[in-house]
Amino acid sequence: MTALTLTTGRNDSARPLPWRRMVLVTWLQHRGVLVGVAALFGALAIYLSIMGLIVHHAWTVDMDCHPASSLTCQNLAGSFATQWHSGATIAFPLQLLPALIGAFAGAPMLAREMETGTFRYAWTQDFGRTRWIIAKLTLVGGPLAVMAGAFGILTYWYFGPFVPGQLNPLDPRTFALECLALPGWVLAAFAIGAFVGMLIRRVVPAMATAMAVAGGLGLAADLYLRQHYLPPLVMVSANGPAQSAWTLGSWYTGRGGQVVSAETVNMACPGPGPYGSTPGAPAQCMPKHGYTQLWSYQPASRYWPFQGLESGGLLLLAILLVAATIWLVHRRAA
Amino acid sequence: MNIIETAGLGKNYGRTWALRDCTFAMPEGHLAALVGPNGAGKTTLLHLLVGLTNAAAGTATVLGGLPAGSRAALNGIAFVAQDAPVYTNLTAANMIRLARNLNRNFDPPYARARLGELDIPLDRKAAKLSGGQRAQLALTLALAKRPRLLILDEPLASLDPLARHDFMGTVLAAVGEDGVSVLMSSHALAELQRVADFLIVLTKGQVRVADTAEDLASTHRVLTGPAGSADQVARKLHVVQDQRGEAQAHLLVKTHGPKEPVPPGWEAHPAGMEELVLAYLRSAGETGPAPLPSKPTASTGAAR
Repeated sequence: MTALTLTTGRNDSARPLPWRRMVLVTWLQHRGVLVGVAALFGALAIYLSIMGLIVHHAWTVDMDCHPASSLTCQNLAGSFATQWHSGATIAFPLQLLPALIGAFAGAPMLAREMETGTFRYAWTQDFGRTRWIIAKLTLVGGPLAVMAGAFGILTYWYFGPFVPGQLNPLDPRTFALECLALPGWVLAAFAIGAFVGMLIRRVVPAMATAMAVAGGLGLAADLYLRQHYLPPLVMVSANGPAQSAWTLGSWYTGRGGQVVSAETVNMACPGPGPYGSTPGAPAQCMPKHGYTQLWSYQPASRYWPFQGLESGGLLLLAILLVAATIWLVHRRAA
Repeated sequence: MNIIETAGLGKNYGRTWALRDCTFAMPEGHLAALVGPNGAGKTTLLHLLVGLTNAAAGTATVLGGLPAGSRAALNGIAFVAQDAPVYTNLTAANMIRLARNLNRNFDPPYARARLGELDIPLDRKAAKLSGGQRAQLALTLALAKRPRLLILDEPLASLDPLARHDFMGTVLAAVGEDGVSVLMSSHALAELQRVADFLIVLTKGQVRVADTAEDLASTHRVLTGPAGSADQVARKLHVVQDQRGEAQAHLLVKTHGPKEPVPPGWEAHPAGMEELVLAYLRSAGETGPAPLPSKPTASTGAAR
């Protein structure tokens, strides 16, 4: 029982274990989530591909019709709009994806270790707990972002024919599902889940919180935040901005440039609706009274800048939350 | 070489100290028992030694001077936490693969062979194993790390008598074959008395005793004599526990060695480890984890 026999064959090198060792560890522990998310994205991708091919075929026929003003072409366009009037509805369930991934992939990652006590096993192994959590977050978050990126390209293609007829490019229903924004949202939701999981340390409450926070943030972005990424443009027009623009609001001004309520304008220039309630008082009448209609909107040309801004902001959020999670694991005294 | 050494080690949770001014050294090659009432700070001490908790005061080193919780220390220490946590959704075979990748010196053939000896199926998920099998799986994963120090937190608590026996058999085999040092916290005094050769008693966050069983036996004795002269005798000695009957008194005293003279009219007996542990637990004003063995001559409520 001497120290010599004890240390025979032992490798006590001070070099840390190689990172690649975490690949199998992460796979063994999180393959359920990774396979589940991949299956979900895969099933949705198959559906969107088949539907997308059909829609695109109809759309191409529509687009190739010449001259566009002919009755045949008008009918064709009309029948496309009628047949596919609900083609973009799939966007609503798809909007749940990031929050679901945050709740099912992010939140349990640490909450389950904390709840079942297995962190006391994981954190006392040779690999070291700080490197352990860095590796796990990277090896799960990375594939999720890649899958979301591929899926975002597919949705961008799928929703193409509905622009600008049913959707504008910046439409809150679809913007977050496309291109750069979707992987941003998935990463942010995953990081939110991991962070609240480490804070709350119980699986079910952490999942519920992650779902609420990620979902709430998504809703807030759609309804309030995104329209302020760049100052909206303002135009004077009786008819509003182009169909492809994201129209945010409309108001009236009087002769001196002061804001005038729609009621006042309608009183002077009654619209066709009952009690003159329909907006858009006759164009000839308004100048006579010195009224001007103004519109604020985000032009379609801002699609890519907004995609970049949203994705970049979410990536920053995800990095901050991941760093906070790593810090919590690093310093937590159990 | 000291496998564990602490100096002024302390840990507080808010205003209460879970562990305070804890100083002791444990030489290599022992199977040490860490005993103390619930809430005495046993788990806190073990967590400090494996780096799951950060010390608020003092220092702890392991394996001959490595800072507790450092990566070098975790390489040579295996820890089985309370309730033997394993990933219940993984099979034993996959736990072995996982452990192999998290550790430098992990020995998969050893782990597989041991689980085979224990009839624990490799392809069964840990969730479907019995409590005893899960504890054995956790212990196997710990031993397959080829540690120099094995730390076990209440490993016997949830096990039935047969599983306890098997579990301790495995621990003892590791001590005997590989020379692993062991520190285990437990309430199972009777089991510890059989196997432990080093004793650490912790009460109210403070170390009362940390010594080898041999030294404890040679420095403690039970003096039995007339109750009338007990006060006089007790005044001159370091009395750990004082039990008075109507005629006789039993004093468990700490001496400077077996050669110290016995007071005239008194008899000296060696103190058993269990008796000693209980005496120290009681002397701290705590209720011990097990009832005091009844002594025919001790009157009720006369202790202390």
